[in-house]
Amino acid sequence: MRGLATVYKKEVRENLRDKRAIFNSLLLGPILFPVLFIGLAYFSANKQQERAEKVLELPVIGAQHAPNLVNFLEQQGMVIKPSVDNPEDLVRAQEEQVIIRIPEQFGEEWKAGKPAVVEVIADPSRRESNTPMRRVRGLLNAYGAQIGQLRLQLRGVSPTIQSAIMVKDVDLSTPQSRGLLFMIFLPYILMITSFTGGMHLAIDSTAGEKERKSLEPLLINPVPRWQIMLGKMGATATYAFASLALTLLAFRFALPQLPTGSLGVDLNLSGPAVGGILLVVAPVVILAAALLTTLAALAKSLREAQSYMGLIFLVPMIPSIIFMANPVTPETWMMAIPMFSQNLLIGEFVRGESVSLEWLVMSMGGTLLIGLLLAGLAATLFNRPKLVFSN
Amino acid sequence: MIKVTNLHKSFGEVKAVRGISFEVPDGQITGLLGPNGAGKTTTLRMLYSLLPPDQGQISIDGLDPTRDAMAIKRTLGVVPDSRGLYTRMTARENIAYYGQLHGMSRRDIGDRIDELVQTLDMADFIERRTEGFSQGQRVKVAIARAMVHKPQTVMLDEPSNGLDVMSTRALRAYILSLKAAGHSVILSTHIMQEVAALCDQIVIIAKGRIAADGSAQDLMLQSGCDSLEDAFVNLIGTEEGLLA
Repeated sequence: MRGLATVYKKEVRENLRDKRAIFNSLLLGPILFPVLFIGLAYFSANKQQERAEKVLELPVIGAQHAPNLVNFLEQQGMVIKPSVDNPEDLVRAQEEQVIIRIPEQFGEEWKAGKPAVVEVIADPSRRESNTPMRRVRGLLNAYGAQIGQLRLQLRGVSPTIQSAIMVKDVDLSTPQSRGLLFMIFLPYILMITSFTGGMHLAIDSTAGEKERKSLEPLLINPVPRWQIMLGKMGATATYAFASLALTLLAFRFALPQLPTGSLGVDLNLSGPAVGGILLVVAPVVILAAALLTTLAALAKSLREAQSYMGLIFLVPMIPSIIFMANPVTPETWMMAIPMFSQNLLIGEFVRGESVSLEWLVMSMGGTLLIGLLLAGLAATLFNRPKLVFSN
Repeated sequence: MIKVTNLHKSFGEVKAVRGISFEVPDGQITGLLGPNGAGKTTTLRMLYSLLPPDQGQISIDGLDPTRDAMAIKRTLGVVPDSRGLYTRMTARENIAYYGQLHGMSRRDIGDRIDELVQTLDMADFIERRTEGFSQGQRVKVAIARAMVHKPQTVMLDEPSNGLDVMSTRALRAYILSLKAAGHSVILSTHIMQEVAALCDQIVIIAKGRIAADGSAQDLMLQSGCDSLEDAFVNLIGTEEGLLA
């Protein structure tokens, strides 16, 4: 094992001097991801608030058919703009987000006690017009409900009679667990970091060593090849783990800076949650290091290795995306699936739930087992005479 | 003492080595001479247990590279064809790494490197990172790291490739000093003057076979030529006749 330790120490030390390795493992992930995430969250929270509070300018066609309705809208803070000619074209050209059209027969229908038609012209496939559209529709409904109630009262009927049932939500989510909606990206970021953190080192220390022609002299030393391989893999895993820990710490300190209080969301990562997440993700780091080392050993050149790495990105993404698209309730059997189980467990930790020992053991054991199988494969590849020759 | 018997090695369709046999006596310099692509590097790679032979036996001081690879690697010092250095490490760190891989103590490594800095004249650059080293400096570091554990047998694959005249002279002097210190040396080369200047025994390899072997004197006698260069061309050119 002496050889293994020597190789490990040398790789860790040598790569500390490599600006690109440092940048990729220790700076890029831990800084870029939190900044990106928090920037996005900040931006979207701000925007949402802005849209909800902004004075809405609303062109109304046929305002003369329903002066009371228009008055109501004005009282509610809308700025009514004069009639326009081609409302559909204007909305399509994105010059207006929402336009109201009150048809001529509005008055007749109103007097006859029939539902009077008011058209809301908008394009809901444009996400930015959703908020104004919702506001306009909400006001129109409110006005309709108000008049409806008055009509019933005039006829001596209690307005509550039309509410046959009343739905009442009993919300059991806590400010912390509502944060999960925000934190759905965290498992995804952490899975990717487990791979990217050691990627540069894995390529450089295997395919790079081959290309720079230092692999052959290295293999002439009296150290079994599996020890050389494990030394390099260990260094890869160390860098990935450091990258992961730094990313988590960055989130821990950056999350409290978010303007989440106003949204009724409490976002933070407690110390125990950080510890639990690191523990749960550690086997993924080993699996990733083994996979990266295997691919780097298979590649004939640095370039070929780098092209594999592009595909590697998909591996941690798939389980996260499945989980994002189709949230499931964690069950025991799911814990055996590498990367998917970590997605579920990270969620539990962030929610502040306690995780059963059985789940922990299954998740870590299952992932570790596959990692070790891959490490065995990498060791076999290192024993091939072909390893040394690039062409 | 190295004994090679009927060595064969193919890479797919290409038969790189087809039936090579020779002996290397202790305390001498043996040259594997042959044109590029003759099978010299492949033969050496089998000797230092990087490649397993398809057929044939190798015995180095009674050990077989396919069975006792670790034991053989401890007694060999190899400067292979590829001599990449770690450019983010200093020359000293490069050499020390190999010392550690051989299980030497920190103190032994330090002492040994000081010794090698003297013999190979590396004082100017031993503490510098190897990024941007000249060919000559690189070869010196590659030799130093191969010699850090004081191997009994030394193998050098085309050691003077890419060196200028001064570095080549220094290299030759160093190889002769190895012999004087009692090491056995095998070197492969395609340069005539190198064998003429250094080798006690010459093994001529062409197209994966032995074309001739013996001292320079023997080879000239054998070919009826009075210069080694003519003998070389002559022996390779009449390969068929020689083998018959």
